[in-house]
Amino acid sequence: MTSELDIFVGNTTLIDEDVYRLWLDGYSVSDAVALRVRSGILEQTGATAAVLQSDTMDHYRTFHMLERLLHAPPKLLHQLIFQIPPSRQALLIERYYAFDEAFVREVLGKKLSKGTKKDLDDISTKTGITLKSCRRQFDNFKRVFKVVEEMRGSLVDNIQQHFLLSDRLARDYAAIVFFANNRFETGKKKLQYLSFGDFAFCAELMIQNWTLGAVGEAPTDPDSQVDDMDMDLDKEFLQDLKELKVLVADKDLLDLHKSLVCTALRGKLGVFSEMEANFKNLSRGLVNVAAKLTHNKDVRDLFVDLVEKFVEPCRSDHWPLSDVRLFLNQYSASVHSLDGFRHQALWDRYMGTLHGCLLRLYHD
Amino acid sequence: MPGKLKVKIVAGRHLPVMDRASDLTDAFVEVKFGNTTFKTDVYLKSLNPQWNSEWFKFEVDDEDLQDEPLQITVLDHDTYSANDAIGKVYIDIDPLLYSEAATVISGWFPIYDTIHGIRGEINVVVKVDLFNDLNRFRQSSCGVKFFCTTSIPKCYRAVIIHGFVEELVVNEDPEYQWIDRIRTPRASNEARQRLISLMSGELQRKIGLKVLEMRGNAVVGYLQCFDLEGESGLVVRAIGTACTLDKLSSPAAFLPACNSPSKEMKEIPFNEDPNPNTHSSGPSTPLKNQTYSFSPSKSYSRQSSSSDTDLSLTPKTGMGSGSAGKEGGPFKALLRQQTQSALEQREFPFFTLTAFPPGFLVHVGGVVSARSVKLLDRIHNPDEPETRDAWWAEIRQEIKSHAKALGCHAVVGYSESTSICEEVCILSASGTAAVLNPRFLQDGTVEGCLEQRLEENLPAGCGFCHIPYDELNMPFPAHLTYCYNCRKQKVPDVLFTTIDLPTDATVIGKGCLIQARLCRLKKKAQAEANATAISNLLPFMEYEVHTQLMNKLKLKGMNALFGLRIQITVGENMLMGLASATGVYLAALPTPGGIQIAGKTPNDGSYEQHISHMQKKINDTIAKNKELYEITPPEISEEIIGSPIPEPRQRSRLLRSQSESSDEVTELDLSHGKKDAFVLEIDDTDAMEDVHSLLTDVPPPSGFYSCNTEIMPGINNWTSEIQMFTSVRVIRLSSLNLTNQALNKNFNDLCENLLKSLYFKLRSMIPCCLCHVNFTVSLPEDELIQVTVTAVAITFDKNQALQTTKIHVEKSLQRASTDNEELLQFPLELCSDSLPSHPFPPAKEHLESASSNSGIPAAQRAVTVEKASPMGEGNFRNRSAPPCANSTVGVVKMTPLSFIPGAKITKYLGIINMFFIRETTSLREEGGVSGFLHAFIAEVFAMVRAHVAALGGNAVVSYIMKQCVFMENPNKNQAQCLINVSGDAVVFVRESELEVVSTQQPTANCQPSCTGGEVTT
Repeated sequence: MTSELDIFVGNTTLIDEDVYRLWLDGYSVSDAVALRVRSGILEQTGATAAVLQSDTMDHYRTFHMLERLLHAPPKLLHQLIFQIPPSRQALLIERYYAFDEAFVREVLGKKLSKGTKKDLDDISTKTGITLKSCRRQFDNFKRVFKVVEEMRGSLVDNIQQHFLLSDRLARDYAAIVFFANNRFETGKKKLQYLSFGDFAFCAELMIQNWTLGAVGEAPTDPDSQVDDMDMDLDKEFLQDLKELKVLVADKDLLDLHKSLVCTALRGKLGVFSEMEANFKNLSRGLVNVAAKLTHNKDVRDLFVDLVEKFVEPCRSDHWPLSDVRLFLNQYSASVHSLDGFRHQALWDRYMGTLHGCLLRLYHD
Repeated sequence: MPGKLKVKIVAGRHLPVMDRASDLTDAFVEVKFGNTTFKTDVYLKSLNPQWNSEWFKFEVDDEDLQDEPLQITVLDHDTYSANDAIGKVYIDIDPLLYSEAATVISGWFPIYDTIHGIRGEINVVVKVDLFNDLNRFRQSSCGVKFFCTTSIPKCYRAVIIHGFVEELVVNEDPEYQWIDRIRTPRASNEARQRLISLMSGELQRKIGLKVLEMRGNAVVGYLQCFDLEGESGLVVRAIGTACTLDKLSSPAAFLPACNSPSKEMKEIPFNEDPNPNTHSSGPSTPLKNQTYSFSPSKSYSRQSSSSDTDLSLTPKTGMGSGSAGKEGGPFKALLRQQTQSALEQREFPFFTLTAFPPGFLVHVGGVVSARSVKLLDRIHNPDEPETRDAWWAEIRQEIKSHAKALGCHAVVGYSESTSICEEVCILSASGTAAVLNPRFLQDGTVEGCLEQRLEENLPAGCGFCHIPYDELNMPFPAHLTYCYNCRKQKVPDVLFTTIDLPTDATVIGKGCLIQARLCRLKKKAQAEANATAISNLLPFMEYEVHTQLMNKLKLKGMNALFGLRIQITVGENMLMGLASATGVYLAALPTPGGIQIAGKTPNDGSYEQHISHMQKKINDTIAKNKELYEITPPEISEEIIGSPIPEPRQRSRLLRSQSESSDEVTELDLSHGKKDAFVLEIDDTDAMEDVHSLLTDVPPPSGFYSCNTEIMPGINNWTSEIQMFTSVRVIRLSSLNLTNQALNKNFNDLCENLLKSLYFKLRSMIPCCLCHVNFTVSLPEDELIQVTVTAVAITFDKNQALQTTKIHVEKSLQRASTDNEELLQFPLELCSDSLPSHPFPPAKEHLESASSNSGIPAAQRAVTVEKASPMGEGNFRNRSAPPCANSTVGVVKMTPLSFIPGAKITKYLGIINMFFIRETTSLREEGGVSGFLHAFIAEVFAMVRAHVAALGGNAVVSYIMKQCVFMENPNKNQAQCLINVSGDAVVFVRESELEVVSTQQPTANCQPSCTGGEVTT
């Protein structure tokens, strides 16, 4: 006796959260059944393995049919085939677009292309996430990227509108899209200590301050094919950043800046002497990072540079975070007192963001 | 020109990409009705076209309006080649043809293609302007309402229940026409869908005409079926119950009818009945004249010869019931005459209803059924479907005579079905023989008086159990006792019926689903030989199914079956029997005895031991079941039961062979108690297996109940969460040396596993009950068995359920007490109130369990229940008040029941009757057979919901999947499935919302005639 056909269709589509998770995690039906058996569900419910197998198959089939709709979540809301309560719809979408920290760290900043997709095998082996799940996550990134790529307006809003994600998840996707678009390097060994959250935090600050969308309200000419408001860095701003070079190139200015900072921080900093000794190096590092951002390649290395030029030196001197904060506050603020420096607004736009990023990046 | 149909095509959405180059579609729509076609403009390059068309107007006869469906075809415009069809929508406009139903059909319909399934949606608005037609000889029957519901619909009152209507139409099946060889599968499927739609329209119209002839205005319990006879054609047939219904202006007014009469119990003496005829007890009474006069016109012409037998039976039953003694006797006789005379006018006094207005059902005789095996032949002249008509007439005649043998003049809960395999067809009909109250069968003139007296005389809750037949002349051996409720009338020891449990019946404990399953191998044969072989097998199958049911009923400690449905399915090499029913313990019937096992070889020690071991197991199971289903009948000592039945005690026995002589009985008497035991003899391995199979049925896990009737006896307070579902399983039998035993085991496992799966899947709804569990078996191929189950899971509040049970028992005991107060062991206060406010101990356990739980307020419990179940529609409720901003899809509930728990049905919008075909030539790509059928059923649900929503409804009640024919050819990567569903589209309002409405604007919706007093009940 073999079961040829075995289905269950409810007027309200039954969604089992546990099975959904197993499906999203890319387990095959038999693996999922084995995992469910291990969870002790048979003992709790008195069911047999055959029942579990049939149930799992059913859910998998449903999810498979829903997947097409999940690719365009508004469709899930308007479709007539599956009657699903709104709260469940939200859950389906949110879980489908959720991703694994380990996975996202592997692809963050990489081009979402076929080439990367080929590497998913390796990522799967490395992270222990099933290939199927890797593919789903990768395809999600790519899909969101494709949809919002050409859109104007707030990146987060666009994502939220087209994928009906929660605010938190939409922000994460904005970061992923932003990183993929600007191809920031995140995979280097020295960056391994950083979490996705660290990068997402920086991405949000950069989107808010360094992109076209950040400067302007609406562009004056709506037809002008300006770059994507939130996804591309403001080219003009990056060009202008060269002007900051004077802060380190002009020796007087550099000395003055150092003395202003040292005066203000004397006695307040545990690592004052180290700071004093390192000031010029640090300042040169930070300003040079800014000056280099005209080149695409250097933009990509932004995080590598920040870590190399600032985070690592401070860390090797064992600066506590509070001291880093005090230093950065003073370092940015003191520039306002440099009479010979004319690019105050530019400095604030640069340093304001960098300040937040560096504090976030500064940990073990 | 009695009607104008107006159609507007508004927009489309989610259309498929038809042009690969642009990834877009140039869509336009053809709107066709009858032979007229309109087209919209082509909406270029969009998957969400906005046609916003003008109103397309069709001027048509109302006959066409009834027969024809509106056909909407969405196409992709192609400049250079033929336009590609995207899909179609068929809209049945029947609901727009009667005044009380829908006024407009407007909404999003899934665009359906028989090859690709649903491909996007289309927004359509349909209206009908009807002109009054005074033509007497009209062919249309606009205005007759149809209901699938097998009881009087909730917001109507039955003025007269006229009786049985039936009709069938036949045609050639397009799939088997020569043209099918040259047309595409799509064209063939569409031709079939269209034909069936046309035929059901025609059928409905013809039935409607018959109803008008009978002066009715509605058909209740409308059941339409298709017989796909293959080469020999396509038969669409329908049966129903013609009624005259009155719309109740307030939906609440219908309910309290049954509460009042008890007070007046003894005030109206028997003799003072205003109807003078009631005095006469003889068979030849002048009353006949009176009752003749009402009768519907149709039946005169078709007066059948059988009325002679009718009359000949009368004196006998009249005398017989006299001997049954006590005051009920003469009345019963009178009643019978009255009813009989009312009924004998009809060719077939059948009623498709399964639940009745209070007082309608007087006595129930038992299940009557008839089957016949026919060889299909080509239907030569579709306009004269005489053979098919004659076949059914024959079967109905048999049913009628069976009913008569039971002393009954009517059959209720009547249904018909077929099973076809190649050219052999089994026709089956079954129902419950009953004696009815003539009041509802006549004009409203005698309304009131008779009914009232009736209810008083026959104590509510047990009256229907009293035997209608003459005990000295019993049609079959039965063991009669005095009714355990009123002690006045005789009742049988078990009662089998096809109807729902009457609402006033007194039940102890809860009910449960009981199934008998059986397979019999049969040699493959052709034509006549095949038919003969089947005919020979049938009686044995019936017998064994019946035996199994009886055994299982005893094992559950219960004494009555409701909703019994026995399905016999024929396949190439086997016959399958599946009987489902809901077992209950009726307080009026005697406590069932246990099951005794008797061995054939009493000297063998180890064998003896084995037997006693089995006996113990059975006894344990019975005890366990009694506990599980809370069957704790109040202990009544032997004397109270009254005078012993004069006849010698007959032992009900189950004999393996029918030739056993009666003196063996004493030998086998192993029963220790006063109760009669049911004896199972184990004389061969067969019987051994039977006993084993009895014990393999596992009860549902705790928190679950199941039944195949509308409601579960013993559970009264449903919460609003419902989940309707369909589950299909197909198993392939290993063809090697199949035996009956192996087959039985396979089939049994299939059903049991299916149930287990359901319990597992729905575990988040606990405590819950699967209601209206409907199993259908088919044998699509040699080694395939297909089982389809449709049911609804309803959650209930455990705490309140117990309390209501308690009240129920109290009520029943009180009723009993009014008759024989002195007989009860505990003192009773007779309250005039029908709902006592203070509890008294009816049965210890009930009270204990009730009080132990009553600490938690019900409302609080309800909240926790909702929280505990993350799934389902409980979650909807919070959102339903302000419609969710971003979701445009309204929730449509579907249920096979006639009601929605926790809600009131305020309007019936019309019947939904849909037929779909789905075919694929890429079975593997669509996820194999399971993926294919899963998607198809989901699509069918979606289309039903869309139609209901477009009618302005929010639920389908009495939903039924009448057919699910699945055929596959995995080698060719093909599969095809036909599904036929029906139900009643309704508008319901949550009871909580209703209260708000009624308090805020108490008279806003009331018509002048409505007295608002009862709204609050």
